[in-house]
Amino acid sequence: MLNIKNLHASINGKEILKGIDLQVNAGEIHAIMGPNGSGKSTLSAVLVGNPAFEVTEGEVHFQGKDLLDLSPEERSCEGLFLSFQYPVEIPGVSMVNFMRTAVNEHRKHKGLEPLAAGEFLKMMREKQAIVELDTNLINRSVNEGFSGGEKKKNEIFQMSVLEPTLSILDETDSGLDIDALRVVANGVNKLKCPDNATIVITHYQRLLDYIKPDFVHVLYKGKIVKSGGAELALELEKKGYDWLKEE
Amino acid sequence: MEDNQNDIFDELKNREYKYGFVTDVETDYVPKGLNEDIVRTISRKKEEPEWMLEFRLKAFEAWKEMSMPHWPHLNIPEIDYQDIIYYAAPKKKEGHQSPDEVDPELLKTFDKLGIPLHEQKLLSGMAVDAVMDSVSVKTTYKEVLAEKGVIFCSFSEAVKEHPDLVRKYMGSVVSYRDNFFAALNSAVFSDGSFVYIPKGVRCPMELSTYFRINALNTGQFERTLIVADDDSYVSYLEGCTAPMRDENQLHAAIVEIITMENAEVKYSTVQNWYPGDKEGKGGIYNFVTKRGICKGRNSKISWTQVETGSAITWKYPSCILSGDNSAGEFYSVAVTNHHQQADTGTKMIHIGKNTKSRIVSKGISAGVSQNSYRGLVKVVKGAENARNHSQCDSLLLSDKCGAHTFPYMDIHNETATVEHEATTSKISEEQIFYCNQRGIATEDAVGLIINGYAKEVLNKLPMEFAVEAQKLLQISLEGSVG
Repeated sequence: MLNIKNLHASINGKEILKGIDLQVNAGEIHAIMGPNGSGKSTLSAVLVGNPAFEVTEGEVHFQGKDLLDLSPEERSCEGLFLSFQYPVEIPGVSMVNFMRTAVNEHRKHKGLEPLAAGEFLKMMREKQAIVELDTNLINRSVNEGFSGGEKKKNEIFQMSVLEPTLSILDETDSGLDIDALRVVANGVNKLKCPDNATIVITHYQRLLDYIKPDFVHVLYKGKIVKSGGAELALELEKKGYDWLKEE
Repeated sequence: MEDNQNDIFDELKNREYKYGFVTDVETDYVPKGLNEDIVRTISRKKEEPEWMLEFRLKAFEAWKEMSMPHWPHLNIPEIDYQDIIYYAAPKKKEGHQSPDEVDPELLKTFDKLGIPLHEQKLLSGMAVDAVMDSVSVKTTYKEVLAEKGVIFCSFSEAVKEHPDLVRKYMGSVVSYRDNFFAALNSAVFSDGSFVYIPKGVRCPMELSTYFRINALNTGQFERTLIVADDDSYVSYLEGCTAPMRDENQLHAAIVEIITMENAEVKYSTVQNWYPGDKEGKGGIYNFVTKRGICKGRNSKISWTQVETGSAITWKYPSCILSGDNSAGEFYSVAVTNHHQQADTGTKMIHIGKNTKSRIVSKGISAGVSQNSYRGLVKVVKGAENARNHSQCDSLLLSDKCGAHTFPYMDIHNETATVEHEATTSKISEEQIFYCNQRGIATEDAVGLIINGYAKEVLNKLPMEFAVEAQKLLQISLEGSVG
């Protein structure tokens, strides 16, 4: 599904990613861990085409297409979704209006007619139940005045509506209390199916108690320095990251 | 990303003003220029009574002594008032005997503008007065309204049919010597709408006037007068467009509103005069005096405007809150793009006791445009417990445009509560990228964010108008974020 080869990327001329290789197949959950500043968030930003970053070398293929050749909105319509670490507020734009625009863009990309208002609202109600999102939030402006937990639930809600093939969760656990963490993780697990895949970027093992990864990768100084199964996360939790630095 | 946006920009900057066509009708003009003869000719063509001619001549005398206002934050090129045609009317074709029969060419024009005037196709729930150049082409639903005692007709007709009402109220809110453009309008005004809502009547439908400039080298000078008697209500809409031309055209209008006890008038404008091309060539000069007086206790006047067109806009829809407990509102979205200039705002004059006013102004500037809010809140000595809340927001879409706020306060009563809030913001790259990541392209994202920003004002518009206004905002700003 996703194939990253020797990916290098920089911001303002400073190289952050220094040769990433990663393959993700349908049905898999990959966790990417690593200390602060190792390049975890840069990797997610580059994959979704954030214009602040420049890819200097390497290739990324997503479902057979050259991902780096696509605009950010095309990547989204092709099934790539990022749950932002810091979801931005858009005053005055209601969640309903925002999501309807997004859903209809995705449908247009697939050659489908826009969804009728009734059908759309029905879908919104079904999906918001998955992430236990309060109805009120849907009528509010995008992320405006949302608490940290609500913002993250809202990201997972949007993910459930857009039904991406590959979801990247960027530090979705940061700033969440244990209840919100459970809700978010439940949402992700409910959406899991053999056809889609998830990349979980996290600093801590905590989230991985709820979302069981098939693979764990450790990113350090812009490279994946170690890969393993779920047990690697537990090892990291016990030992911290310092032992990697010595290796 | 930058390349991508440039592509979008290239694609969109060539997109044209949708209403820029010209209707090919035979037109009756008066000679170019302005003098007493012209004023007399206009009055004669309109078969006006003597008192109307006197009013015009007094205004013309006053105008000769006046000069254009220099205080606005506008760069107004020299206007040669002798190089303008002051009256142009589509000629009636031979064989059209009945005054209700309209030239099919004109019907087609208004059809094209989305304003059907055929009886079968009338917009339900909305009566329309269609004005082209200097005359009213047709007013719909007149009979239905007459059953309720509502008078809705062209200004010319009102002068003939309802002279007492016109004489009593015309010039009572905006005097002919109020300002340079008001004096000019009072001397040469051609047509416009007249509305009278009798006591206790809630007008059963929205009333609207659609103004269209068609003729070349011609100014449009219309006048609207709305009188709402005790316990009445009306919602009135105004729309306007003009052909695309390389030269500038002048539009100087007057709107007067009078509300009696417990009466309410909602006045909404979507102003989409031709703004000129992206190099700043052509476009309408829009110099308008709009003012209402809340004469009666508990009366209310509410102005809502969406200003996207015109090369230059000079306009301050105002409220004189003279009745006790009366209320004035001003909700505005003013968009300037390319070389457009706007100096717009309001005046709230608190005279009665317990009067309230609310101002919400949302400026959106793009390109190399200049956008100013200018507002006055005045509380006179006897105006106990006056309250005002003003909110003036500016949104900048480029780093070459200007947004300015000139709030004036003139408070002579210490029981007044006057609050002013102002913000300036830009659309952030993070907001646009967030939309991109959800599948929404940059142009659409900008439209979404702008409509969100202007929502508080757009929500005040009647439903069908709000939808139009939303589209218009997006079109006016296409290609402006890069």
